[in-house]
Amino acid sequence: MTATTVSAGPAGVRTNSETWGRFSAAGLVVLLLVAPLGIYPVFLMKLMCFALFAAAFNLLIGYVGLLSFGHAAFFGTGAYVSAHAAKVWHLDPLLCVVLGAVAGGFLGVLVGYLAIKRKGIYFSMITLALSQMVFFIALQAPFTGGEDGIQGVPRGMLFGVLDLNKPMAMYGFVLVLFLFGMFALWRIVNSPFGQILKAIREHEPRAISLGYDVQRYKLIAFTISAALAGMAGGAKSLVFQLASLTDITWQMSGEVVLITLLGGIGTMLGPVVGALIVVTLENYLAAMDFPVTVLIGAIFVACVLLFRRGVVGEIEHALRKRA
Amino acid sequence: MTTIFGVPTAALYGQLLIGLINGSFYALLSLGLAVIFGMLHVINFAHGALYMLGAFTAWLALTKLGINYWAALVLAPIAVALLGVVIERTTLKRLAGLDPLYGLLLTFGLSLVIEGMFRHWYGSSGQPYSPPPQLQGGVNLGFMFLPIYRGWVVVASVVVCFATWFIIERTRLGAYLRAATENPALVQAFGINVPLLVTLTYAGGVALAGFAGVLAAPIYQVSPLMGSNLIIVVFAVVVVGGMGSIMGAIVTGYMLGVLEGLTKVYYPQASAIVIFVVMAIVLLVRPAGLFGRGE
Repeated sequence: MTATTVSAGPAGVRTNSETWGRFSAAGLVVLLLVAPLGIYPVFLMKLMCFALFAAAFNLLIGYVGLLSFGHAAFFGTGAYVSAHAAKVWHLDPLLCVVLGAVAGGFLGVLVGYLAIKRKGIYFSMITLALSQMVFFIALQAPFTGGEDGIQGVPRGMLFGVLDLNKPMAMYGFVLVLFLFGMFALWRIVNSPFGQILKAIREHEPRAISLGYDVQRYKLIAFTISAALAGMAGGAKSLVFQLASLTDITWQMSGEVVLITLLGGIGTMLGPVVGALIVVTLENYLAAMDFPVTVLIGAIFVACVLLFRRGVVGEIEHALRKRA
Repeated sequence: MTTIFGVPTAALYGQLLIGLINGSFYALLSLGLAVIFGMLHVINFAHGALYMLGAFTAWLALTKLGINYWAALVLAPIAVALLGVVIERTTLKRLAGLDPLYGLLLTFGLSLVIEGMFRHWYGSSGQPYSPPPQLQGGVNLGFMFLPIYRGWVVVASVVVCFATWFIIERTRLGAYLRAATENPALVQAFGINVPLLVTLTYAGGVALAGFAGVLAAPIYQVSPLMGSNLIIVVFAVVVVGGMGSIMGAIVTGYMLGVLEGLTKVYYPQASAIVIFVVMAIVLLVRPAGLFGRGE
């Protein structure tokens, strides 16, 4: 999606937007530290899980230019594995989330290996089809609990001492996971590895001609993205104490696309802003008689037609123009 | 009782017929997708929603207006095509020249809107639609019992698929279409109205989906979500066949439908995923698809 993604401008401008980026990142951390004083912690935790999920997805679409339409497979797998580890194996919550990330990453290697054989629209269709296959497996596999899902997942004691059933303890745990994930993504995007990813996005044949093994880079990026999506899913299953088929449906894949598109593809804060908008909307609409999918679909259409850069992308664009 | 590999032949033929019927829908839908993709370079995610709309139009026409099946078979695709014209002219047109992924996202949003509205109005449960009196009942072929309507679905879809192939590959209009697919600027310079061709192509492609919807109404229940689950399978069919060839889309559709039917006989647990497994194998062995020409 080269048309919208934000590439580095002239040197001076870039420093400007980098300062701005650091400033807003620090602001976000402070905000998240203070927020649970005034806002329902479960809402904030849901927001962070979806923001992390979308940020992981954004690594592919925003920085490699690959639109995965099957990211729910990794999110859902992470949720199932973490829930199973917590409920049946009684493992430490952190280990449960790590296992969720590992499961997501492992599935990511398999799906990614097949999907990167094609580009563009085909890539999207392949990821969608393979995630639907994962959905059917989850529907039939014995350990996922079929239509019921895995219910009553215990949050457990972190390191055997911190009781995560206390809302603030759980909030702190999710906040640390969220910040870890976002920091990891920020480091990746701004590393030499991230530069090569952007080079592939901008002009793949040139990256190949420069001697980069493009397929390998794509697969690594896909795996990291899938692992972080799995981590987000794992955290989500502990927060809601539930892993269900909803986490793994194509509707969930569509939702993460929308969150990222709305917030701003290829921006660090876009997925967070997008998640804030979508999660808030869904919370409000849940109480009303208005069909949520219609509104989500309409937002999709409006985004694609009117502001393809997304909220954060438009703001950055305006700032760059002024600078 | 005769058996083949331990399965009674009657059950085998029964599943083969179901496979052939599923294949008919895969073929009609992937054909429409391929036609649209060739011209607009857009994967029409709304295809499943428009298929559902075709079925609902037939059901509404019968229950509210008393319009019978045969009239619906003509009118519903036209209604869907008209909606297609509106979609193309008001939204898709504005994405020309952008990354084709935006077309996918836009049509995905449209399908959510359409399906969401029908779910809001009619709920998730299916509505029954009985086949027309002329096609009710069945015949005993000696080796199996064939419900007449199911036989009709296979025949109708083969005829329509062949007609579409004929129009595109053997008529003057089809020649314009193929030329405009290769080089729109040049065809435009020859004085052919390319934007009109594009609109017609989209309308024609979605009309096929609407037609498939009417055919499907008496077989599956008419429900708002009937299209969205089908369309993902059709995407896999399209990846397997490759969208380069019209005939390829048709043949792959029937082939995978039959394969799915056979899986239901021999290993029912895998029948939901067999097409995705085939897709994975094709990607490993022949990434461009069975009939694809590469990218």
